[in-house]
Amino acid sequence: MKRSNFWSWVWFILGVIYFLTPLIATLNFSLRMKKGVLSLMAYEKVFQDPAFVKAFVFSAEMALFTILVSIILIVPTAYWVQLRLPRIRPLIDLITMLPFVIPAVVLVFGLIRTYGRPPLQLTASPFLLVMAYVVLGLPYMYRAVDNGLRAMDVRALTEAAQSLGASWFTIIVRIILPNLRSALLSGMFLTFAIVIGELTIASLLAWPALGPYMALLGQNRAYEPAALAIMSFALTWAAIGLIQLIGRGAPGQAGTQVGGAH
Amino acid sequence: MPFLKIDAVSKHFGSFTAVEGFDIDMVRGEFVSFLGPSGCGKTTTLRMVAGFETPTTGQIFINERDVTYSPPNQRNIGMVFQSYALFPNLTVADNIGFGLKVARRPQTEIRPRVEEMLRLIHMEQFARRYPYQLSGGQQQRVALARALARQPEVLLLDEPLSALDAKIRVELRNEIRAIQRELGITTIYVTHDQEEALSLSDRIVVMNAGRIEQIGSPFEIYNFPATPFVASFVGTLNVIHAVLRDPAQGIYEMDGQTFRAGCVKEGLTAGQEVKLAMRPEIISMDPEPGANTLSGEVESVVFLGSIVRTRVNLGANTLFFDTFSHPRLVLPKVGDTITVGFPPEACLLQA
Repeated sequence: MKRSNFWSWVWFILGVIYFLTPLIATLNFSLRMKKGVLSLMAYEKVFQDPAFVKAFVFSAEMALFTILVSIILIVPTAYWVQLRLPRIRPLIDLITMLPFVIPAVVLVFGLIRTYGRPPLQLTASPFLLVMAYVVLGLPYMYRAVDNGLRAMDVRALTEAAQSLGASWFTIIVRIILPNLRSALLSGMFLTFAIVIGELTIASLLAWPALGPYMALLGQNRAYEPAALAIMSFALTWAAIGLIQLIGRGAPGQAGTQVGGAH
Repeated sequence: MPFLKIDAVSKHFGSFTAVEGFDIDMVRGEFVSFLGPSGCGKTTTLRMVAGFETPTTGQIFINERDVTYSPPNQRNIGMVFQSYALFPNLTVADNIGFGLKVARRPQTEIRPRVEEMLRLIHMEQFARRYPYQLSGGQQQRVALARALARQPEVLLLDEPLSALDAKIRVELRNEIRAIQRELGITTIYVTHDQEEALSLSDRIVVMNAGRIEQIGSPFEIYNFPATPFVASFVGTLNVIHAVLRDPAQGIYEMDGQTFRAGCVKEGLTAGQEVKLAMRPEIISMDPEPGANTLSGEVESVVFLGSIVRTRVNLGANTLFFDTFSHPRLVLPKVGDTITVGFPPEACLLQA
């Protein structure tokens, strides 16, 4: 008992060191832009660069559109598969996993070849970028929504709502979406995190997104990229913390799940 | 014209026949139970009335309107599910008011109606709670109130008590019946529990393998089962193998003892082997004069609280019978030889 406890602590501490050392080193480095003192100068420099603000806003916008399109596409699909077509679930699972297998480079060249010439010339439109991001975020969003749907008795809730006179639209908006709240939030934050730092697709489609900006900065500057890395790290952790917080406080979703009485 | 008419309804899933030739006419305010083992088609029939399944053949009328192919949200039915199916994101009050809100009724109508429903189920103080904060019995009462809030023409209950504890089950079933009587709502109640069906219903439809075995009042179903299936599914039953000795007098022989039974099927001849069935409560240790008597050795005595179930070995056949327990009851002992009796008309059927 004591022995295994000792070793688990050893591994834990080793893990913490392995994880934190580069982070602390980066943080330390990012604070040393001014010689001899610790300062936030690198951060100030980053924020003072109008290109950074533009890139960040652009990427954030793309992320929001991506989330919107993902939800509109995935929630009704996953709901219908769960309710009426459980037999095709393995197929849907496979399709939603494809973005893990297909590298972003392959995806973007496919997009350019398909949409780079008439009749569907879309490479100049941010719409194509959003669509590419929807594909990238698909595994995360679909997983989250699917897990959320499995946690409730979709069929009974649907039938109860139908017997009370509700239409399909009402059921999805009033019953399914509110009960997917925490699942959707985790899918949304993951999608946001992917899109905000995405490099390959944005740079090959030539959009001034945050990913290409960071890459460029990394090639030309010393301290600012470290500051950016720390900031994006903090942003990710804040997002994960938010998921935990909101997921816990959702009404009707704490503790026992309703409809699991079978 | 009956209020709810199910006319020659069948449902096939591929080559599987779930329901075949289902017919019933229900009058307004009637409480009918569909009783049968799982897979007998009772739930499928209920779901066709609700609109969740479409009949392969046949028609369904509610209040003279053909609803056979109407979607469920256009039928004005109220449904209660085994799993409660309350909306987890809504409070008790919002759950109950959901149907009215969907129908775009004004708040001035919804609020008093929800309060009325809460009073009906005695849960006024729970209006702002969420479903997960309620016990199973409370959730099912809210589900009942939700189903009734829109004043549906028909109330459908799909095994509503199966997920609850025995004690709550009896309480809630009485409450369901009281509310149903008070509102006078036409109700179909699906259950596999014969006690529920017998205690609640105006009429019971006993189903087996997709077909109706018998429709009748609880009294008729229990005392005059139309088929061997009904006899064995509803209540407990002794089945004994006997040989017909005298078809004219209805005299049978079993394990060397003879007795008289009221039921003789046409065309049976002496010497033929038959199966007879008897309810355990009709057999007693001190039979009335004129009753049949049989002697045997006591095999087991089981005390069940309000009744004592005794098993008597007659040779190849065993017979069990129930005696009401009371403080002065002298229980037979295992190994005793006792004589039990039953009236000739107690035999239920032969096959």
